[in-house]
Amino acid sequence: MRTFWLRPPGKLFFVLALLLQSLFGIAQQPTFPVNGVADPRARTYAFTHATIVKDGQTTLANATLVISEGRIVAAGTTAEVPKDAVVIDCSGKYIYPSFIDIYSDYGIPAPERKKGGFNFRGPSQLESETKGAFGWNQAIKPEVDGSKLFVVDEAKAKSLRDAGFGSVLTHQKDGIARGTGVFVTLADEKENLAILKEKASANYSFNKGSSTQSYPTSMMGSIALLRQTYLDAQWYKSKPAQEGVNLSLQAWNNNQGLPQIFEANDKWNDLRADRIGDEFGVQYIIKGGGNEYQRIDDIVATKAAFILSLNFPKAMDVDDPNNARFVSLADMKDWELAPTNPAALEKANIAFCLTAADVKDPKEFITNLHKALEYGLSEAKAFEALTKVPASLLGVYDQVGSIDAGKIANFLIANGPIFNEKTAIIENWVQGKKYEVKEGEWSDARGTYSLAITSPSGASNYAIDVKSNNSANVIGKDTLPAKFSFDGKIVKFSFSPSASQKPMVHDKDAQPAPGKEKFNGGLPGSGAVVLLSGVANGNTWSGNGIDTAGNQITWSASLIKAAGAETEKEKKKQEPKIGKVLYPFDGYGWDELPKPETMLIKNTTVWTNEKEGVLQHTDVLIRNGKIAEIGKDLPGASAKIIDGTGKYLTAGIIDEHSHIAAASINEGAQSVTSEVRIGDNLNPEDINIYRQLAGGVTSSHILHGSANTIGGQTQLIKLRWGADDEGLKFRNWDPFIKFALGENVKRTTAMGNNRFPDTRMGVDQVLVDAFTRALDYERQWKTAEENNKRKGAKPVVIRRDLELDALAEILNHKRFITCHSYVQSEITDLIRVADRFGFTVNTFTHVLEGYKVADKIKAHGSSTSTFSDWWEYKMEVQDAIPYNASIMQRMGLNVCINSDDAEQARHLNQEAAKSMKYGGMSEEEAWKMVTINPAKALHVADRVGSIKVGKDADVVLWSDDPLSIYAKPLKTIVDGTVYFDIDRDEAARRYISEERNRLIQKMIAEKKSGAPTRPATPSFNVLLSCGDHGHHDGLITVDVSDDDMINSN
Amino acid sequence: MKKYLTIITCMSFSVIAFSQADVYPAKEYKGKLFIANGTVHVGNGQVIENATIEVNDGKIVQVGTNVTVPQEGAKVVDAKGKQVYPGLILSETDLGLKEIGNGVRGSNDYLELGDLNPNVRSIVAYNTDSKVTGTLRANGILLAGITPAGGAISGSSSVVQLDAWNWEDAAYKMDNAIHLNMPSFINRPNRFAIFFGLPIDNTDPTKKALEKMDELKSFFRQAKAYFEEPVHKQTNLKFEAVKGLFNKSEKFFVHCNEAKQMLAAIDFAKEFGFEVTIVGGSESFLIADLLKQNNISVILQQMHELPSTDDDDYDQPYKTPAVLQKAGVLFAINDNHEESRYRNLMFNAGTAAAYGLTKEQALEAITLSAAKILGVADRTGSLEPGKDANIVVSDGDILDMRTSIISKAFIQGREVSLENKQTQLYERYKYKYGLK
Repeated sequence: MRTFWLRPPGKLFFVLALLLQSLFGIAQQPTFPVNGVADPRARTYAFTHATIVKDGQTTLANATLVISEGRIVAAGTTAEVPKDAVVIDCSGKYIYPSFIDIYSDYGIPAPERKKGGFNFRGPSQLESETKGAFGWNQAIKPEVDGSKLFVVDEAKAKSLRDAGFGSVLTHQKDGIARGTGVFVTLADEKENLAILKEKASANYSFNKGSSTQSYPTSMMGSIALLRQTYLDAQWYKSKPAQEGVNLSLQAWNNNQGLPQIFEANDKWNDLRADRIGDEFGVQYIIKGGGNEYQRIDDIVATKAAFILSLNFPKAMDVDDPNNARFVSLADMKDWELAPTNPAALEKANIAFCLTAADVKDPKEFITNLHKALEYGLSEAKAFEALTKVPASLLGVYDQVGSIDAGKIANFLIANGPIFNEKTAIIENWVQGKKYEVKEGEWSDARGTYSLAITSPSGASNYAIDVKSNNSANVIGKDTLPAKFSFDGKIVKFSFSPSASQKPMVHDKDAQPAPGKEKFNGGLPGSGAVVLLSGVANGNTWSGNGIDTAGNQITWSASLIKAAGAETEKEKKKQEPKIGKVLYPFDGYGWDELPKPETMLIKNTTVWTNEKEGVLQHTDVLIRNGKIAEIGKDLPGASAKIIDGTGKYLTAGIIDEHSHIAAASINEGAQSVTSEVRIGDNLNPEDINIYRQLAGGVTSSHILHGSANTIGGQTQLIKLRWGADDEGLKFRNWDPFIKFALGENVKRTTAMGNNRFPDTRMGVDQVLVDAFTRALDYERQWKTAEENNKRKGAKPVVIRRDLELDALAEILNHKRFITCHSYVQSEITDLIRVADRFGFTVNTFTHVLEGYKVADKIKAHGSSTSTFSDWWEYKMEVQDAIPYNASIMQRMGLNVCINSDDAEQARHLNQEAAKSMKYGGMSEEEAWKMVTINPAKALHVADRVGSIKVGKDADVVLWSDDPLSIYAKPLKTIVDGTVYFDIDRDEAARRYISEERNRLIQKMIAEKKSGAPTRPATPSFNVLLSCGDHGHHDGLITVDVSDDDMINSN
Repeated sequence: MKKYLTIITCMSFSVIAFSQADVYPAKEYKGKLFIANGTVHVGNGQVIENATIEVNDGKIVQVGTNVTVPQEGAKVVDAKGKQVYPGLILSETDLGLKEIGNGVRGSNDYLELGDLNPNVRSIVAYNTDSKVTGTLRANGILLAGITPAGGAISGSSSVVQLDAWNWEDAAYKMDNAIHLNMPSFINRPNRFAIFFGLPIDNTDPTKKALEKMDELKSFFRQAKAYFEEPVHKQTNLKFEAVKGLFNKSEKFFVHCNEAKQMLAAIDFAKEFGFEVTIVGGSESFLIADLLKQNNISVILQQMHELPSTDDDDYDQPYKTPAVLQKAGVLFAINDNHEESRYRNLMFNAGTAAAYGLTKEQALEAITLSAAKILGVADRTGSLEPGKDANIVVSDGDILDMRTSIISKAFIQGREVSLENKQTQLYERYKYKYGLK
């Protein structure tokens, strides 16, 4: 037998394990044949004299827990001990319901990933590779059933049990719709018995995981795909003949009754997921990202329950200042503040569970749980988050989550209050079966013992002062330090009888197994020690050993006095010293969001952009976010006075073509993606918002990229630095959509393009086809609606198509196009397509050959938005000229100058000024190209773009003539709120420097204290772009552009 | 004012005269040329109001307020009310090597295969007929350092003047510098990895960089030993190509942006005694004093870039020149903006002037300092006697786009055409629409 145990787990081990299981095993499944003699047992146990924490509310002292056949029979102070019960005395022990992890993939095989390199310029995969009667998208697989995949994995189960878990919800973490999760115990049993609930959840995410299909390539694509699937599933209920059998949609519908869990993994994604839920009447349980504390008010508003993992970031190794430099203050602060996340949710009264899902080792979960408690999480809340909350969310609180009669016997026996750092879990019982965790902690050996040693030379007596299971002193005449160990059963110790002689220290691990002590005939010399070994029986120990001379001896010891109650002084919990949360979570963020002010800008030069032109020595009053008065010597009254002497006040810059402040820009997997919306994935923490405020920009039109002919819906924003994603949006604006033509949409730089179109001829047909489909779609809806109004008519159900909805809006003049375009042929073609379908192309953007067809654009009625002087970076811009804006302006077009680049947007004033050099435009006309003209192009000229009473107070105070290269914005004001102030910027720089230093010192101290660290990781900034050209980004910026994303999988 | 108008008229006439024909390089100008009564920005910080420049056979003879302009026998350009500058210098560029960067591979000759290519020479591939060149001349940019890219050692650059029939005509100083790309001390994650949250490369970037450094140093150590051989058994073209670094006839241009890379570059200078210039220098503001102490000059590649980190001052790239100036570092400002194609050199300098430099210091960074760094300061970079008459006349402040309107430009005294493909297209479509 022994040899079996010593072998590594293998076939023999397995056989042995099976054997043991059938010998001592729990239940016998009636349908399974028995090899040998049946051994049915009731397995009734009574745990007496325990402190039983039944649930968050009830704790019973000196109580009894009775379990039988895997279930709790009784728990209480008066519970009767059945005669047939095995009684376990739990004096001094605590019994808790074992923990529940709601976000596990325990026992579920990882999805297979397609091997091979990642070729972003390779061909697209337009169709799903999943074989069978499933849906069109490989990432939507609601049909995946966790219970069919689940296999007991004892090694993993043990690590979870050791951390206190008894049951988990497990599912395959792969894809956007991930199918159903199965609720299982961590018992080492046949799967048939470990499964408590086959379908306990439906799971979702934004990440397409192992799907190799091109669509979706973006956050907004994932969102659109989910939204469309909700609609399709609804429509599928009408059993549409055209769809046949769609097992994915069928499963989707079947799963709707289950708890819906969404893995969002980031605070903004939490909100994005919740909005999808709101639209379709679903309240997701959201798996958060650990940074919810950074936007707690928004998190509260979701009304969702959250799942939090405790994978707090480790300190970085920042000894080298050149490495530390690339770590952003935001990342350092997150390191410091992440442990406050659970406490922040508690404080905000948000229901949440805790999961060990993202920590490498469940042990780390416990360490970090203590950290979370240190950072303000209450023990009661932590307990609930691991028991009642997950059980209730999953509808299994009748089975697990508390110690109540009738529930499954999943409980922990601990040697103290569970959240004490010194407490150890001794045993974790799952389904009424014992699993040892730290059996040695079962007995508390601490106390004073009398020790009697009998040797050939006579008896001697000592006292032993046992301080812990690993440390004790032997007391004779003197206190003799001893090497001591007690594992609950076997006690071993050695000591030197003479105080001057130190006990010989020998390697603990090298000690031979009990009963196999290797006697070496005593230890020579003055350092000789007495070696003793024995077994415990209650409070008395006895055994044998050898004395210093090598003589065989026997000994016994019995407890005289147990150690007193924890004398440890209740340490005043020191509140950890931590920095503050900033909005946005960036060095330049605010402690408190700025508010609109009443301001009087006095005696300044005002460029009105109105018929009044430039006004000298003029005052402008801003009140309630609006421009209230313009005039000379306006009374100041209660207003904050700003001296504008020698300075210039203008309307804020409006960037018609920008790609900042979004989580994704291109959904390039298909040629028509009008279903995606930039507004679904705004990123209000993009530092470029702040940098552009410092360049005088107040509004930006965030466009989809140019990866495809019909791109996504755009979003106009105001640069309200500090607002959340919804707060950035420009309110009440006409919706727009991005189109694109030419090289990018035909994937010029890709190899082996297989996505239609590959030529401008094909682009034309993509357009014609899309609008033709949209017209047919509209007609179908009308016909169906008329039919459905008729009494007695069989109702016709039409599939709602988000893609065609947006195109129909264009046809109905409710959505407007801004189209990326370069050469004259494609510009003319889109005009003709628009003419044919009866709408106007609102804006041609880039439009570098606009000067060649300015007359046609004028006749069609489009605005134009161009670069000042870009050219010759690709074939289609060979004929671009810097006189383009001037010619188009002289031809009577509404002309804007845009950035399309996060850096360029910082000096659009200079870009506008270039038209004075190229083409001799007047200063005021040049200025309008970045203010009132884009306001007109975007249909918001009634509110922004000029300085006029009643308009939004979106203004910039400049140090110099705004078109001068020497001009700097001093204040940038949006809605009467100062979002950029050059003096406040100075203060922010000082703050960043001090705060960085504080955190670097703190991380270094952490490293010195021996805590694990990770290498300093540069805080890379992902910059998204049109994909049209190279960029001029910072050192640690990573540019993700469309070509690259088209085929990313 | 009247005179001013006349000049304007003359100017537009000359444009029309050229517009029907193609653009020709100007013929050699023999004899005297006077650029009279302008505000002369010498390029060394000095400004002389109402000054005249006398040129003879392409060289500047004198500059001052007391130069007498003869009535006859000389070409005279009236620069009254105008600003006169040295020809601007684009220090480091792929002009003439890369025509259309994206999607037209056949038009590109800037990046060679291989890692150690000191023997590769940019000048032999320099295309004088690039459509971009004319747009630079029209903005007063008259000289450029044509630089190869790729590998660890990319090859040698040459300085050209921008009005020539072929590369031999264009060559102003052949093989002025050998270019090295310093390995990075940061692991740049795969951009997709970041986007998709995949794990990023965890190998120690410093170790990797130092290994690469060792490899590069070993190349130069062996080259040095090679030069000591009395007779070469076998000729090594790569070693031969770096001889100029050791005899100081060539400079060593190290392309890097991170502080650590620059420290490594200083190490190169110390070990081999090369004359080192940092090309890039985003983080040079962190170690300006060290650069000065070690006599390292800097070409700031791109003023209009985003700050290196989220926490950096938003205007850090704009004010870095002022930091270098204060520390006494020799630096040039460059323009490598791929989309506007290098024509905004003077506005990059203008931005530096808005953020801490004086206008004349900013000008120096695109004229005399650039010439010093490229090794051509004995012949150009300032309007001083003995130098080539590389001169630009602007209507106003050349650093500010509102007034940076170039009316005349001279290379070695030759008045070069300011016409280019873009001005021709402008004329063509004004004609179509009947615009004046």
